[in-house]
Amino acid sequence: MINFQNITKIYKTGTCPIVALKDVSFSVNPGEFVSVVGRSGAGKTTLFKLLLAEEKPTSGSIYVDEADVHSLRASQLPYFRRKVGVVFQDYKLLESKTVYENVAYVLEVMGSLEKDISKDVPKVLELTGLSERADNFPEELSGGEKQRAAIARALIHRPDVILADEPTGNLDPFHTKEIIRLLDRVNQMGTTVLLATHNQDVINALEKRVITLEEGRVIRDEERGRFTL
Amino acid sequence: MFLISLKRAIKSGWKSFRRQGGLSFATIFILILTISLVTSLFFFQKTSEYLVESLKEKVDMYVYFQEELTNDRILEIREELSKMPEVKEIVYISREEALDRFVERHQGDQDIIGSLDELGRNPLLASLNIKAWDATQYAAISSFLTNASFNDLIYKVDYQQKKSAIDKIFSITDSINTAGVAASIVFAVVAVLVAFNTVRLAIYNRREEIETMRLVGASNWFIRGPFLVQGMIGGIFAVLTTLIVFGIGLYFLAPHIEFLIPGYNIFNYFLNNLWLVVMFQLAAGVGLGALSSWIAVMRYLRV
Repeated sequence: MINFQNITKIYKTGTCPIVALKDVSFSVNPGEFVSVVGRSGAGKTTLFKLLLAEEKPTSGSIYVDEADVHSLRASQLPYFRRKVGVVFQDYKLLESKTVYENVAYVLEVMGSLEKDISKDVPKVLELTGLSERADNFPEELSGGEKQRAAIARALIHRPDVILADEPTGNLDPFHTKEIIRLLDRVNQMGTTVLLATHNQDVINALEKRVITLEEGRVIRDEERGRFTL
Repeated sequence: MFLISLKRAIKSGWKSFRRQGGLSFATIFILILTISLVTSLFFFQKTSEYLVESLKEKVDMYVYFQEELTNDRILEIREELSKMPEVKEIVYISREEALDRFVERHQGDQDIIGSLDELGRNPLLASLNIKAWDATQYAAISSFLTNASFNDLIYKVDYQQKKSAIDKIFSITDSINTAGVAASIVFAVVAVLVAFNTVRLAIYNRREEIETMRLVGASNWFIRGPFLVQGMIGGIFAVLTTLIVFGIGLYFLAPHIEFLIPGYNIFNYFLNNLWLVVMFQLAAGVGLGALSSWIAVMRYLRV
């Protein structure tokens, strides 16, 4: 379903070019749960940015459902992105909208009816423990709350794929467990999950496929991997 | 789907407008200044046009005839002159009429009336008062009179004396028009740029949000819509405020302007052309608000 083919990404900023990814190839089957681990700067976030067509690779192709993501026309891109739910590392919440509106925005984008939005959003907010924060703006939330709001937004439209970039980075152990359990549950319902994380406990508890990146290369790809760097 | 999106764009645009109170206020303020400037230039143009027209109206030409000429002969000449395409209006003033007017004008002046009585006869000449369609045409009429067969019947043509005054009016009106148009263009461009930059800065603050909207799958129109609505709402508020300010301002200013330019009531002009002014202001305010938003948002839709 997702196929990375010889992906290389070089950032040509400043005097010295930075190689973020080098010749990365792997596939993810529909319904799989794949964790991507690696030190800071190993290329995890770049991998997700390329998959979402936020950036273009220097060479190589990424196929999702047989379509080359970077050959999609600008008008087709929104439809592709609606199939993907993303938890960004820096949350990327809409600062001028409340938590409720942030989550509802994705459904509005998809053209959902108002009655469906008002039924689904409170459910997801309850699931992520944010019911009390529905009317607050992102700047009024703690780091953990922002992260949960980002997760709620990524889940709300039941996407085919979820990309979660360090979704538990700012969460306490209790919420970390809750979120991972949530991602696991979503995965069991058929959603493909790509999780980038530093959290050793999370990886080891999951007992699922682990891809390890080091300096932009895939150094390990194990079916039931553990966190080893 | 289109209706749902439109409804959402209006709702979202209005919400953002309300929530960003300070910024919205600043944008409205700048738009008010811009619309006021454009409206002022509009009224300045109209007032100067009226002034120029009324000055041109006052330009005329008198042809005085020899004393012995009969009324019938003068009326024949009038007939001939009225065939000229340059002549708009031609009025015959007989000697008696000229005297009546003279007496009426100097009614209180005993010296003049006394000397007139002493003279014992009517010293005034019969004349034709000629008005041309355009002030530039008097030279042609004057030249026609000089070469006319009845030239020896003319005592004098009161044009050469007025020529310098007429030329002066031309040069002043030309200067007013040229300066007015040049100032309008310069001010309008400056105002549009200032307004555009204000809207652009407001949207610059939200550039990351626009990029995020793209990343969660919003189409360009879905993103652009609320910003356009927000810009238009700012424009509508600015237009309403400017209309009220101008209505009140012109109401109080009208008597003073009428004193300077008799017969010209700027407040009545404002009321009679209210729809034109409103359309003009909406084009300036709402158009500018929406267009600035459109261009500013476009920059951040490339993700």
